[in-house]
Amino acid sequence: MPDHDCDVVVIGSGPGGAAAAHALTEAGRTVIVLEKGRNHLLAAEPPFAPLGRFSNDEIKFTRRYFLGPDPLLEPRTFRRDAADGEHLEIGEVNTVPSTVGGGGVHADGKLPRFRETDFRLRSELGAVDGAHLVDWPVGYDELEPFYTEAERLIGVAGDAAANPYASWRSGPFPMPPGPDMYVATLVTAAARRLGYHPYPAPTGANSVPYDGRPACNNCGFCAWYGCPIEAKGDPVVPLRRMLASGRGALRAQAHVTEVLIAPDGRSVRGVRYLDVDRQPHTVTARAVVLAAGAFETPRLLLRWGLGNPDIVGRFLMVHTQTLVLGFFRHRLHTHRGRSVTHLMDDPIVGDAASAAAAAEADLPALRGGVVEVGGAGGPVMEALALPPGPAHVEGMMRSHLRDRLAVLTMQGEDLPQATNRVDLDPRVRDVHGFPAGRVTYRPHRHELVTAEHWAPRLEAVLRKAGATGTFWVSSPPVPGHPNDRPGMRAPSSRHVMGTARMGRDPDGSVFDPWQRMWGLENLVCCDSSVFPTASGYGPTLTLVALAIRAARALASSL
Amino acid sequence: MTERRSHRFFDDAAWAVVAAACDRLIPPGDGHPGGRALGCADYIDGLLGAFGDDPPRIWAGGPFSGRAGGEAAFERFSTLSPLEELAWRTRIEGSRGRAEREWAGPVRGWQEVYLEGIAALGDDFCACGPEEQDRRLDAVPELRDLLYAHACEGAYGAPEYGGNRDGAGWAAIGFPGDVQPRGWTDAEVRGDA
Ligand SMILES: Cc1cc2nc3c(=O)[nH]c(=O)nc-3n(C[C@H](O)[C@H](O)[C@H](O)COP(=O)(O)OP(=O)(O)OC[C@H]3O[C@@H](n4cnc5c(N)ncnc54)[C@H](O)[C@@H]3O)c2cc1C
Ligand code: SF4
Repeated sequence: MPDHDCDVVVIGSGPGGAAAAHALTEAGRTVIVLEKGRNHLLAAEPPFAPLGRFSNDEIKFTRRYFLGPDPLLEPRTFRRDAADGEHLEIGEVNTVPSTVGGGGVHADGKLPRFRETDFRLRSELGAVDGAHLVDWPVGYDELEPFYTEAERLIGVAGDAAANPYASWRSGPFPMPPGPDMYVATLVTAAARRLGYHPYPAPTGANSVPYDGRPACNNCGFCAWYGCPIEAKGDPVVPLRRMLASGRGALRAQAHVTEVLIAPDGRSVRGVRYLDVDRQPHTVTARAVVLAAGAFETPRLLLRWGLGNPDIVGRFLMVHTQTLVLGFFRHRLHTHRGRSVTHLMDDPIVGDAASAAAAAEADLPALRGGVVEVGGAGGPVMEALALPPGPAHVEGMMRSHLRDRLAVLTMQGEDLPQATNRVDLDPRVRDVHGFPAGRVTYRPHRHELVTAEHWAPRLEAVLRKAGATGTFWVSSPPVPGHPNDRPGMRAPSSRHVMGTARMGRDPDGSVFDPWQRMWGLENLVCCDSSVFPTASGYGPTLTLVALAIRAARALASSL
Repeated sequence: MTERRSHRFFDDAAWAVVAAACDRLIPPGDGHPGGRALGCADYIDGLLGAFGDDPPRIWAGGPFSGRAGGEAAFERFSTLSPLEELAWRTRIEGSRGRAEREWAGPVRGWQEVYLEGIAALGDDFCACGPEEQDRRLDAVPELRDLLYAHACEGAYGAPEYGGNRDGAGWAAIGFPGDVQPRGWTDAEVRGDA
């Protein structure tokens, strides 16, 4: 009889946990994945077929928390700083689904790699007042093979030659890009005329049949929706392979509440969880992978009192989103196609004007962020943005907020600040009686200057593309802007990073360069909590590449 | 008159007030049927009485509705876990002083908001002129705001939830609705078809 239930227990089945579980079982280790959400993703028996519950249903996915977490059961709170009191808002804050597959299920899967410079921000920029810049303990060259592996595993469609600013890559994308959305053809042509460099977004949706799954049929219910035909690969592919290996098991509705520490305090031995009937269970293991997402991971560590107490929960980064809206005379049918088909890195790379704006603001650079070319959401979301009465009907019939709207979203890099953090709310509790996670977040001056610099330039792109009017907002809002009002102050981004950073120095980090907790080496973090800085790209491909790397190192140590 | 199709929560008088109020928030005209004709009151009746059905009418089934091919599966509603049922019952029915529903303090349920709000609108609401109806709605902002959110969902959500009758809400605004498993061709995406 072995003295443990499996080699590794994995907390969380999102892109990070799924990638780690797959890498571990591939390396011959046995794994149990515990996921607090429900399983709507794949059957428990071979061939682990889709369950057929994902659909083009705006009510279910955007209004009724089908993928969880229900904010009534698991509230989060938000404040800008201590001057706001205990909290300003209660409910959904940067919320990503809690379900088998985590946020990978409903993300529309733009999966670009970071650039070389993103891994050495401190060396690039030097010190910045009020921010805590560091270099990563791992560089692009070391991560490149894992990026390649992640792209093949998930199935990423893209064009290796299209982005002049991309870092080097060892091979082509596994698939060519899917079709360009009409709105993107207009906007990218205009952007090129203005000297920018848009390119087809590397996307985790099949452009051709791949790995036994069909090509995306452009249904348009992509961001916020599970894919009804399984054209999205992350994280169903790693989870299915993990199950098919015979060495992996998946337990849904298994809410991890405790981690078991060895008597000498130097290693972990497993976890305790509550099942669907809220009955406690124990799983013992030789190592624990923590992949609860960059919001829940620090919340668990704080509850457990684990990890460098000066660092856990701090340096929360979420991207400052600058949303630039362009109103067109004719219909753009943005409901056809994946939610975003093109990206643009120019604000990340910067130009003479952004360098001058930085100098004027006494900043070393404006880091900017990737610009996503897309449209609006569905008609229910459109309707809710309109006032009731005749203006509703007029607005819906004309559809200036949906079918005649183009949206550029810049995912602006936010600099790490010790005061931006996740901690435990002193009052609000979840349904299990645990303290809610609380976000305290205020953007750095750098992000506000960056938003104000790029927004008018992106408006010019939309005007060049034919927009008759433009408008921009940022989230979190620039103080004094029209959206700087109650209910709109929490950052709306779903890119959550940095809350248990890794590093070479145990005094300045929670996890070591292999994502092992300092002083508790068989506790390994495989989500974006470990990011030392945020870059201006979506975090998912990078966190998956890191998870594969960390899990493989863990497997060979067992 | 729009005939009533959902009989789960409201009595006929309350249903009529809700239908009339939906027509003020989403008024008919210019080729738009308006909230009443779209069945928004049925949508709300189905939501507030969701637990009268098993499984409850919270999440429609999948993957297809049948409108763009495939088997019509939206009508087979999905089951809820015990915790999900706790959340939705609390949200709809309110916590009503029950300890197991008050982990985050008392919750005022949607049923209560509706019933009290409808009472405040008055028995004669349906007989009032539009301006008086608007005035009375504005006087109960808690109901008006919730009703507007639900009316928007009812008007443009999938018809299986009880509103958007025969897809007339989508037709009015030129939205194709759910399109799986047909999807869109590459040419339709690019705009040259
Ligand atoms: C609409 C939308 C679009 C997005 N688009 C993109 C995009 O284009 N590109 C991109 O890079 N990113 C995108 N993202 C972000 C992306 O979803 C996240 O970066 C990604 O899901 C993070 O993966 P993760 O594995 O670290 O965490 P998660 O996906 O959050 O998974 C963590 C899992 O752990 C579970 N868990 C937490 N606590 C416990 C516990 N105590 N016990 C058991 N299980 C637990 C959770 O339920 C969850 O399922 C998008 C997000 C949204 C909402
Ligand atoms: S657009 Fe493509 S990948 Fe996205 S949900 Fe539809 S079919 Fe799936």
